Amino acid sequence: MLSIGWIIGIVAIALVLIVILIYNSLVRLRVRVENAWSQIDVQLKRRYDLIPNLINTVKGYMKHEKGVLEEVTKARAALVEGGMKDKAKASNQITEALKSIFAVAENYPQLKANENFKMLQEELSGTESKIAYSRQFYNDSVMAYNEARQTFPRNVFAKMFSFPDKEFFETSGEEKKNVKVEF
Amino acid sequence: MGIYEEIASNKRRSYALVFFFFVFIVLIGLIIGVYWGNSYFGIILAVIVGVIYFLFSYYSGAESILAMSGAKEAQKPEHAFLINTVEGLAIAAGIPVPKVYVIEDTALNAFATGRDPKNSYVAVTTGLLKKLNRQELEGVLAHEISHIKNFDIRVMMLAAVMVGVTVLLSDFLLRSFLWGGKDRDREGNQMTAVLIIVGLVLAILSPLIGEMMKLAISRKREFLADASGALLTRYPKGLADALRKIKADPDPLVDHANKATAHLYISTPFRKDGKKGSWLQSLFSTHPDINERIERLDKM
Repeated sequence: MLSIGWIIGIVAIALVLIVILIYNSLVRLRVRVENAWSQIDVQLKRRYDLIPNLINTVKGYMKHEKGVLEEVTKARAALVEGGMKDKAKASNQITEALKSIFAVAENYPQLKANENFKMLQEELSGTESKIAYSRQFYNDSVMAYNEARQTFPRNVFAKMFSFPDKEFFETSGEEKKNVKVEF
Repeated sequence: MGIYEEIASNKRRSYALVFFFFVFIVLIGLIIGVYWGNSYFGIILAVIVGVIYFLFSYYSGAESILAMSGAKEAQKPEHAFLINTVEGLAIAAGIPVPKVYVIEDTALNAFATGRDPKNSYVAVTTGLLKKLNRQELEGVLAHEISHIKNFDIRVMMLAAVMVGVTVLLSDFLLRSFLWGGKDRDREGNQMTAVLIIVGLVLAILSPLIGEMMKLAISRKREFLADASGALLTRYPKGLADALRKIKADPDPLVDHANKATAHLYISTPFRKDGKKGSWLQSLFSTHPDINERIERLDKM
């Protein structure tokens, strides 16, 4: 009789331990998604702060290109409000608008020789690639998290402890293709 | 084999490396102690020196490797692209941003070092910055960032600092037995005793050093860093093209590289003229065939 009591006890403890492990792994994945999101936010903010400097530098040279500049300013303003979908959309718009500014800048040799402009261009393109990288890390983290949420046995506990589904940070179409890697 | 197994294996290798280092140190202490007539004294001295040296290697090995390589910290705006790219790749890999260093050297090479991702460094030569385009440089940096993420840097750093001193010490010991023994003892049979000791020391130490180097070097590790680097940039061609340029470069010699630091670099920092060296040199032939690496990247 005693031994059956022992067995039940041990099984119960083992089950509790398994639940704790599963819960912790879900939390770990969720925290990674949240950290990854804040990385994107940091880079979006950095670009947000750099844009006024760029406009100020460029303004004097590009007298006839007001439209391009306004587009960047508008997209920048849209970045502040809204959830992830809106942010992703605004971010993609800024990327496109910046591209056209730098394309137009090709026609202004004096501007291209400006040290300040060169530095801003380098910084902005650096930030642009950091946004791409942080988005990649975020989407990878979301994928791992969602996969854990949807596969057995973790899906049961994900429902029980209400771990919400996370959205991907969408891009503007032309994403770099994934590569096939074998170890 | 995934990245988590690789990290676990690297941690195991680090422990093993430290273990071998202490075996080596205690042996040296024993030999010195016996030579001086008090083996306990020799062992205790060796353990104290060993512990101090281990702490030094673990906590400031990376800085001394950088200093030995003549690396200087990269500054904006001169190295803005380099710094931004390292930051971006660190974000993509989900690790803290490593410190970025530049080595004034025309050779095309790069390495990463440090004890863990929080305390890590990436160094590149100015030659690499000059001759590679942006995608290629990004590929090389992604390879180095992968070394950091996989904890390769810890084993490689410990190996660089510990094997370096091990080789130096055994060299010194052999010499002191060979030359020091002669003046002190007039009698001829003393000479043969010394030779026997030398033979014994060599017999014990060389496999030990060999084992330590084997821990430090792993062909698989380079392939894995290439693959995970490609996964970061989503562009294996960048690193493949960089390796092609490195292969074609007529001057692979990094001035400040030595045998102890050679295995850190992305490609061997010595001349490629196929000169056969001593057993020591062959131990340090550290890199998998560059053609095979390019081939694998091209297939991804």
